[in-house]
Amino acid sequence: MTDIKKPFSRRKLLKSMVALPIMASGIAGSKSLFAKPATSEINTTGLAVTDDTVQVGILHSLTGTMAISETGSVEAETLAIEQINEMGGILGRKIEIITEDGASDWPTFAQRARKLLREDKVASIMGCWTSASRKAVLPVLERENGLLYYPTFYEGLEQSPNVIYTGQEATQQVLASLNWLYNEKGVRSFYLVGSDYIWPRTTMKIARIHIEQHLDGASVVGEDYAPLGHTSFGSMINRIRLRRPDAIYGAVVGGSNVAFFRQLVSAGLDGSNQTLLNLATTEDEVLGIGGENVEGFYSSMKYFQSLDNENNQEFVRAFKARWGEDSVIGDVTQAAYLGPWLWKEAVERAGSFDVEKVTAHSPGIELNQAPEGYVKVHDNHHLWSKTRIGQWRRDGQADVVWESDLIEPDPFPEGYQ
Amino acid sequence: MDYSMQDLMAITAMQGFAGLSFFSVLLLMALGLAIIFGQMRVINMAHGEFMVLGAYTTYMVSTLAAGLGPWATEYYILLAIPLAFLSAFLFGMLIELLMIRHLYHRPLDTLLATWGLALIMQQGFRSIFGAREVSPNTPSWLEGSWRPTPMIDIPINGMAIMALTVIVTLGVVWLMYRSRWGLRVRSTMASREMSAAVGINTRWVDRLTFALGCGVAGIAGAAFTMISSTGPTSGTLYIVDTFLVVVFGGAGSISGTVVSAFLIAQGQSILEFFLGSSMAKVTTLLVIIAILMMRPEGLFKSKVRR
Amino acid sequence: MNNALQMLLGKKGLPGLLILAFILLVLFPLTMDVDSLNLTGRFLAFAFVAVGLVLAWGYGGLLSLGQGLFFGIGGYAMAMYLKLEASTPEATAIQTTPGIPDFMDWNQITALPWFWEPFHSLTFTVLAILTLPALFAAFIGFALFTRRVSGVFFAIITQAMVTIATILVIGQQGYTGGVNGITDLRTLKGWDIHTDQALVVFYFATVVLLFAVIALGMWVLSTKYGRILMATRDQENRIRYSGYSVAYFKIFIFALAGFMSGIGGAMFTLQVGFMSPSIIGIIPSIEFVIFAAVGGRLSLLGAVYGSLLVGYARVTFAEAFPQLWLFLIGAVFIAVVMFAPYGLAGLYNTHVRPRVEAFLVRMGWRPGAPPSDTPRAIDPQAAQEARK
Repeated sequence: MTDIKKPFSRRKLLKSMVALPIMASGIAGSKSLFAKPATSEINTTGLAVTDDTVQVGILHSLTGTMAISETGSVEAETLAIEQINEMGGILGRKIEIITEDGASDWPTFAQRARKLLREDKVASIMGCWTSASRKAVLPVLERENGLLYYPTFYEGLEQSPNVIYTGQEATQQVLASLNWLYNEKGVRSFYLVGSDYIWPRTTMKIARIHIEQHLDGASVVGEDYAPLGHTSFGSMINRIRLRRPDAIYGAVVGGSNVAFFRQLVSAGLDGSNQTLLNLATTEDEVLGIGGENVEGFYSSMKYFQSLDNENNQEFVRAFKARWGEDSVIGDVTQAAYLGPWLWKEAVERAGSFDVEKVTAHSPGIELNQAPEGYVKVHDNHHLWSKTRIGQWRRDGQADVVWESDLIEPDPFPEGYQ
Repeated sequence: MDYSMQDLMAITAMQGFAGLSFFSVLLLMALGLAIIFGQMRVINMAHGEFMVLGAYTTYMVSTLAAGLGPWATEYYILLAIPLAFLSAFLFGMLIELLMIRHLYHRPLDTLLATWGLALIMQQGFRSIFGAREVSPNTPSWLEGSWRPTPMIDIPINGMAIMALTVIVTLGVVWLMYRSRWGLRVRSTMASREMSAAVGINTRWVDRLTFALGCGVAGIAGAAFTMISSTGPTSGTLYIVDTFLVVVFGGAGSISGTVVSAFLIAQGQSILEFFLGSSMAKVTTLLVIIAILMMRPEGLFKSKVRR
Repeated sequence: MNNALQMLLGKKGLPGLLILAFILLVLFPLTMDVDSLNLTGRFLAFAFVAVGLVLAWGYGGLLSLGQGLFFGIGGYAMAMYLKLEASTPEATAIQTTPGIPDFMDWNQITALPWFWEPFHSLTFTVLAILTLPALFAAFIGFALFTRRVSGVFFAIITQAMVTIATILVIGQQGYTGGVNGITDLRTLKGWDIHTDQALVVFYFATVVLLFAVIALGMWVLSTKYGRILMATRDQENRIRYSGYSVAYFKIFIFALAGFMSGIGGAMFTLQVGFMSPSIIGIIPSIEFVIFAAVGGRLSLLGAVYGSLLVGYARVTFAEAFPQLWLFLIGAVFIAVVMFAPYGLAGLYNTHVRPRVEAFLVRMGWRPGAPPSDTPRAIDPQAAQEARK
């Protein structure tokens, strides 16, 4: 980390009282910015906080089928924590990481979360990726009064006092991208496709209601789901061709992604003659799909690695310096990076590590210089964020072609349930 | 919605092709298994992993070819397919030598031992190639589609796989039913003692038969890289489908496997068109099981006495 | 000792049972904290399936790769009851339709589906756990065994059934909770299932039920029925020609295995606090077979040790050496099948036990040579070879 140095004004930071991720690297070795409060004051609930350290858990799948997806999140969280430590830690305490492996197995996630909270007494947990693992961990968090920062974009319909959701919930991704397709691309007929599980189905339910009730003259001409891991899309593609939709609106994930795009392209539907927007395609996925198979198609996310702003360039540089030049950074990885920063800010506002106080002070927190830009924590524990439309290039990166205004998170969308 | 006659014709043609394309994929996957299971009564649960071995071989060849210049990336697949066969064939031979030959009289145990092998192979792939799914670059002459009329798009990679399937199937049929070696295989399966008595080296027949089945799986894996990606655990996705094709066809005969792959592929493909993929898959599996309950010996009864 | 009693207590006899009881009821509770005990309880829930597999596969020759199905029925039945209890109209007031499980509400289901209704009743739920898996297994068995489907065909069909079940559970998320499963279970008759006290109670309940199931298995094997079953496995046609209806023996033992798996599933749900399709799929179903194979396919007690050992090896070894874990478990599986087809129990019987007995005799704690009426381990391989 020491190779990233930046001029740094301490006064500016003090004035803004806002965590500035990109400045993190600048003040290596400096003393704490804050007068160091006594441990007994800032930790009344028996958390693992000493005069010099505070413990935080990272709970992701390091092994098993999900490991490949979750690695980026672990890396981003670790990077953020290292940067915070270089700034002097939180309330004068350096963060110590306890990493636990959920092993792609939901009961294991629950058990490890219990261990982190009961034995290690961690002050917060950065972790979980799939909805299933979060659902498994949730009762443990609520019972043991833990705090989880959850990075993945997900289907919504949840709002726990013990979770801060740093990814987008479904309406944030869906409504903006549908409006964009409708207004900018003149799309009037949509064909919805997805992998067969909760996130795509919930997402498509919201999409259908929005198209049918809010977009004048637009219609859904078909809806299709394929089992996870499905690889023969010939018939589905024919169904799509028969309906001739203006746009294919997709939420196809994982290994199916590759087969879907390849077969689509080889059936003569490619970026040049068919508008397609797939929600779940991140830079990570494109690496496996191959740029030539997604060239010209769109994705809707809050973050793309190619995002052109100073914060992001600094973030990408720091990430590559820490984890290797070949790293690609997807939407979830960036969201995971926000977790430790949001927590730091909340702790400092609360002047305490106690979970109740931290969550009470979380709403309203703003990060001006997150890689994705400005974000703000909503009362419902989700983030205000912008949605971007990226168009994929052959080299596996996306050109951001459109950006929304700041969108309010709405995990229980009225009229869409 | 209104469709013109032309639309419907075009869709019927493409749907017919989608079914045929799925048929050739299924057949290619099942062929190796049909040889091993049909002739030797050995259940190879690592069949999917042998396919993945072929797929990774293809990936490696494509990566090496990328360093040699554009002409190599265009035609590497022609070299990759024989190499995929060879690597799976040799590895299969090794496995037969170390493991399978000790288990010939315990078919259920072979099933379990090969499952253990599958786990080891999966981790091997992960350690060597990483957990991320990979897909070799498709040569440009295999990309895109053939457009006989403006309405119809026939994927070129689908046609390539179909051609490959025809060649491999004919090759296997010739080997098994027309060559002297096939005669030895069939005679060994009919009566091991008699075959040994007339001077057939039954041990080598077993070994080559098993290796041949694995090699064909390797070709299937190489072909599969054209339509999908490859990861360490990709193999497990295909086990159930492949086994059902072989069992449904009646384990004894190659022609049974061909017919069964055709019926299953067309059935599922047509159902998919009307019901969507998930329900189509469930319905197909249920129908196969129901038919197997009525005809446990499969469509074509094995003539070999057990 | 009369023969029946000896069969009842298995080949290892009473000492084996007592040692296991000591380990599970005294040693573990005294040395483990609640979390480890809970973990052990989860492995023991899998042991129910493994014990069932010893009966169906080891003694009946029916290798099922689909036991996750029955485990799942038991587990889901329990989860449905607990979910309904957690979904009171008060607790779900923010939903469009209060009083139904949250995931149904998210899927626009406005009334509880008919097949969920009876799960309001604990009595019905318990009956369902005890009967549904067995009935379903009997149904499958009836369809397959009366048609003389057997061996690898049976294995593959059961595997396909698990595939169907998972696709259906995931696809019909409005009724099943989909890929997330049925989560956020809270109380059992108003009693919080997540407290330490509850976890300890569930652990002991699991152990007691497990012993009941093992005793049931031992008893079945000790009857004439058990002998015919083994004879069927080895010489099916001879039994058939002797006038027995072979299919019904198989149906019974398969249903019994299903029954045991269902209880395991229910205990699993109670201890974990949710149920999801990832626990019943193709891979978990094969892992059940690994447990039985490692423990010894002819040993009911071995199945318990197998489940515990593989389970613990996974949490310790896999965590320390994630790269090596699959190599290890794959190699163990191959080694067991090739070199120790009767698993740990087989190794114990051939290598350890003679020494232990010799030692006991030498120390004067046991009278001379063992009686000649000790049942000899039946070796299906030898029997099969003899047939060839």
